Amino acid sequence: MVVPTSAAAGLDAAAVRADFPVLAEQVHERPLVYLDNAATSQKPRAVIDALRTYYETYNANIHRGLHALSERATAEYEDARARVARFINAAHPHEVIFTRGTTEAINLVARGWGDENVGEGDEILLTEMEHHSNLVPWQMLAQRTGASLRYIPMDVEGRIDLEAYARMFGPRTRLVAVTHMSNVLGTITPAASLIKIAHQHDVPVLLDAAQSIPHLPVDVQALGADFVAFSGHKMLGPTGIGVLYGREALLDAMEPLFGGGSMIRVVELHQSTWTALPYKLEGGTPNIAGAIGLGAAVDYLQTVGMPEVTAHEHELTEYALNLLSDLDGVRLFGPKDARDRGGVISFYVGDVHPHDVGTLLDADGIAVRAGHHCAQPLMRKLGVAATARASLYLYNTAAEVDCLADGIARAKAFFE
Amino acid sequence: MTLEDLYREVIMDHYRRPRNRGALDDANVVMEGVNPLCGDEIKLWLSIDAAGVITGASFDGHGCSISQSSASIMTEAVIGKPLADAHAVIADFRGMMLEGDAPDELRLGDGVALEGVRKFPVRIKCAVLSWNTLKLGLDEHAAAGGQRVELQHSES
Repeated sequence: MVVPTSAAAGLDAAAVRADFPVLAEQVHERPLVYLDNAATSQKPRAVIDALRTYYETYNANIHRGLHALSERATAEYEDARARVARFINAAHPHEVIFTRGTTEAINLVARGWGDENVGEGDEILLTEMEHHSNLVPWQMLAQRTGASLRYIPMDVEGRIDLEAYARMFGPRTRLVAVTHMSNVLGTITPAASLIKIAHQHDVPVLLDAAQSIPHLPVDVQALGADFVAFSGHKMLGPTGIGVLYGREALLDAMEPLFGGGSMIRVVELHQSTWTALPYKLEGGTPNIAGAIGLGAAVDYLQTVGMPEVTAHEHELTEYALNLLSDLDGVRLFGPKDARDRGGVISFYVGDVHPHDVGTLLDADGIAVRAGHHCAQPLMRKLGVAATARASLYLYNTAAEVDCLADGIARAKAFFE
Repeated sequence: MTLEDLYREVIMDHYRRPRNRGALDDANVVMEGVNPLCGDEIKLWLSIDAAGVITGASFDGHGCSISQSSASIMTEAVIGKPLADAHAVIADFRGMMLEGDAPDELRLGDGVALEGVRKFPVRIKCAVLSWNTLKLGLDEHAAAGGQRVELQHSES
């Protein structure tokens, strides 16, 4: 387990790495260099142990059994909710709704809030850099209701024009749904300003925090966010667990998406009434192990310290941007200044297709993503069909960034 | 698994000097294939005469070396072939890539070089994109009774 460090001391990457079993793996007889963290993060032993302990020692359904195992499972599940709530500084644990991930969280809002509050002629404001999961649910809502989507002006580095944004609000603006950090450009959006401006017009804001919450300290109350969606698996937790945070009043007014067990108060033959938050929005047996694993992941991140995680990634990002921009023929996307961005670096190598770059890097044991990153409208704006993308996390090192730079140079030489 | 299995000399040659690239003016079958996983797109033009012979074939698009070289190889493999022979070549290629069947090497020509892609399972889709698009184009052509066919964004 990692020893807590002060911000001044920085993060002890070697100690962190020792907590992640998979980082000792070899790939194609090379040490694994895992730079695909924006897709999913690796898991520390503490998270793997939490899953195993649940299944081996107290596996039971929650909120049902009167027996000891069920009581413990319920307590651990609810404790995980409380820990996640503290991690993002939610006012109440019941403002944290467990979902399968960011996609389900956003769809929950698009259905449960959107169908009630958005109608024909209404407008939803988005950006062109949204992940498909914060785009397609709103297209579907617009198709159901006759609402329209409008796009907030931004440049190719993902920097939002706040003045133009402020002018977009009108009597029909119902919602702003915007990413907190682009999964392609790494750009961190000015969430506090976006929310403040929206609130001046009484418009709620949904923040897609899938890429930000794993890497930056996020205080949902300080931001004033109305809805925040994120995934457990990108922040050291298991897959299949995510979170919809919502302000109590908004969640209370929402209709459930899933009818079934756990979410009811009284069921009659022809009608039913719903129970209170958070269970109203968590129909069916939830991902109990996943929630407990996410609780362990949050504990791990807090033990290391989120400011330390951010500082470490910032330093690495700056190092990587400098190194890669010096490489001949390498085109970098997103802000050039590491201050405006997280550790997600999209790039193009000469005129070599990103898939070929991905395969050549893989042969060196380096895992990156190559493709459209579920952001096809942004790819069109950038004028490419795909990019290669390296994304960093707390366990990555400068030596791994060096491997990436060497691998890119080899890939370029191979195709010339 | 070595990179040489994937990037054979024949493949790199077709990638660097693609054959039959660009629009075909007298095409009567125009197809677009997309791979939604990676965003690769291929446009395919075919001229099929009244006797059912593919007199011309060309492609354009953007994609990785595997998808582009495979399309180039494919056009060479079907130009001048009667439809039945073209279907046999498609079956050879798809059988080799998707099922691991031994192809008729003479009939398939340079396409044999793509066999190594099987060792890279995530890249198989790159290799078969153009062939699936061709197969769909021939099926659409048959269904249209020889009328001009133009289809956008078919998923392969």
